[in-house]
Amino acid sequence: MSDLRELYQEVILDHSRQPRNFRRPAGANREARGDNPLCGDKVTVFLTIEDGRVKDVGFEGRGCAISMASASLMTEVLKGKTEAEARTLFERFHDEMTGKSACHGAAAGELDKLTVLSGVREYPMRVKCATLSWHTLMAALNDRHDRISTEGPGEE
Amino acid sequence: MSIATRPVAVNNLTANTPAYDLERVRADFPILARPVHGRRLVFLDSAASAQKPRAVIDAVRNCYETEYANIHRGVYWLSERATLAYEASRARVAKFLNARDAAEVIFTRNATEAINLVAHSYGASFLKAGDEVILSWLEHHSNIVPWQLLRDRIGIVIKVVPVDAAGEFLLDEYERLLGPRTKLVAVTHTSNALGTVTPLREIVRLAHAQGAKVLVDGSQAAPHRMVDVQALDCDFFAFTGHKVYGPSGIGVLYGKADLLRAMPPYQGGGDMIRTVSFEKTEYADIPNRFEAGTPHISGAIGLAAAIDYVTELGFDRIGAHEQAVLDYATERLGDIPGLRIVGTAKQKASIVSFVLDSAHPHDVGTILDRSGVAVRAGHHCAQPLMERFGIPGTARASFGLYNGFDDVDVLVEGVRRVKEIFG
Repeated sequence: MSDLRELYQEVILDHSRQPRNFRRPAGANREARGDNPLCGDKVTVFLTIEDGRVKDVGFEGRGCAISMASASLMTEVLKGKTEAEARTLFERFHDEMTGKSACHGAAAGELDKLTVLSGVREYPMRVKCATLSWHTLMAALNDRHDRISTEGPGEE
Repeated sequence: MSIATRPVAVNNLTANTPAYDLERVRADFPILARPVHGRRLVFLDSAASAQKPRAVIDAVRNCYETEYANIHRGVYWLSERATLAYEASRARVAKFLNARDAAEVIFTRNATEAINLVAHSYGASFLKAGDEVILSWLEHHSNIVPWQLLRDRIGIVIKVVPVDAAGEFLLDEYERLLGPRTKLVAVTHTSNALGTVTPLREIVRLAHAQGAKVLVDGSQAAPHRMVDVQALDCDFFAFTGHKVYGPSGIGVLYGKADLLRAMPPYQGGGDMIRTVSFEKTEYADIPNRFEAGTPHISGAIGLAAAIDYVTELGFDRIGAHEQAVLDYATERLGDIPGLRIVGTAKQKASIVSFVLDSAHPHDVGTILDRSGVAVRAGHHCAQPLMERFGIPGTARASFGLYNGFDDVDVLVEGVRRVKEIFG
């Protein structure tokens, strides 16, 4: 039970029940859709990019508590970031989820909010739930209009 | 149901079950002795793939240790032994299905390959643009996608029989879809996602009245009930070995001999020919025509051992036991507030699909896993069916011959834990 509480922390349950920025921002100028074909999770990430910064961000979709909470938390940390900072956050979050590095160093502060998701690492089958929205974010940043998939080549 | 009434219910159900020594059955499955997360393994995912009894494991090992060589080739003793064992397995499957002739049994990799074989070989030769193939909403992707591929190749038209809110196959809707253009009906015997058993005899009778052939996806039926392809009168019947307690990588296509003989090969290679020259190749008779290349020899032998195992236990007893477990699970899960059982057909295999108001199926699956309970969570390779019910997926508990009331109790306890966390 204790390890399950580690996974399903209150913050995660809260974000999954009441996802933040669960909307399509009026001025959105980038979007991408992500699917996890193995479980049917779907997410669409919308970005309003102005002068190289994430002015607004939102998402829509459906999925488990982990994927909904991860998407919701992602939108909270992204606002105001430059595109380059957003990419760095993706790299760090991705490494954190796949166990390549723990959350530390200069950018640790930015990831503080996301450390509630670190329990997911102990559940390898669920890592894709947490990273789906982030991969979709990258597709939106890259202005890719094809759907991205957790089962695509090179995806985690 | 309150705790106080529970033992009574158990006793009643037990009283209805003919002598079935569950502990002895469980002792036949070595993996069930393996703890998971420090708990007794409660394996409720047999509809995805069943565990293997020692008899099957031994048969496969025995094949490799004592009588393995390639088949249909060697003149030496060992190859003859392996060929005899492989062909005896085919005969065993034929008897299991009550096929007229062992030649009507084609070994494939799985049910998926069996269905693809029919779509390719029968579909490409006997169907043409505008011909209609009828499926149902209950189908597994493996009985949808091969027909879509065929549609894209030759322009057949796919029609789909709807199900009602209980997940019942709608016979009257089916009758409306049937017509002179219907050439093939490809339908499941038992839904993997909901457990619904379809009215196959009626389905076959009505199809034949229109001159259409019928392919039955029997993957979820073979582990639970006696199958008699002659009584069903279906034209094709596909099932997979690993769901009926046999090895993975071996499946079966049954086809009526006259149909199979009229069909061209599915794949080319060794073992499926009579003579080969660069000008002209003559194909072998059935079943070899459809078994190009070295087959899964030990798999076929393991499948025969699995069939021996379930037949010895007896489908009357397996069926009664699984029905009792299904009834108990339906009752106990149905008593949990906020839990909805999806699929409440009158006749069901021992499968209970459910959704919770408060938690997504994947979260249910993860939390149950920590209680040692293995369930499938997701769309069950039946996305159209999930769409029909307006849900992304379900958590599915499927009960095999080694499951009992105690497994249901652990499952129910696990669901309570999900509710504790998710509220």
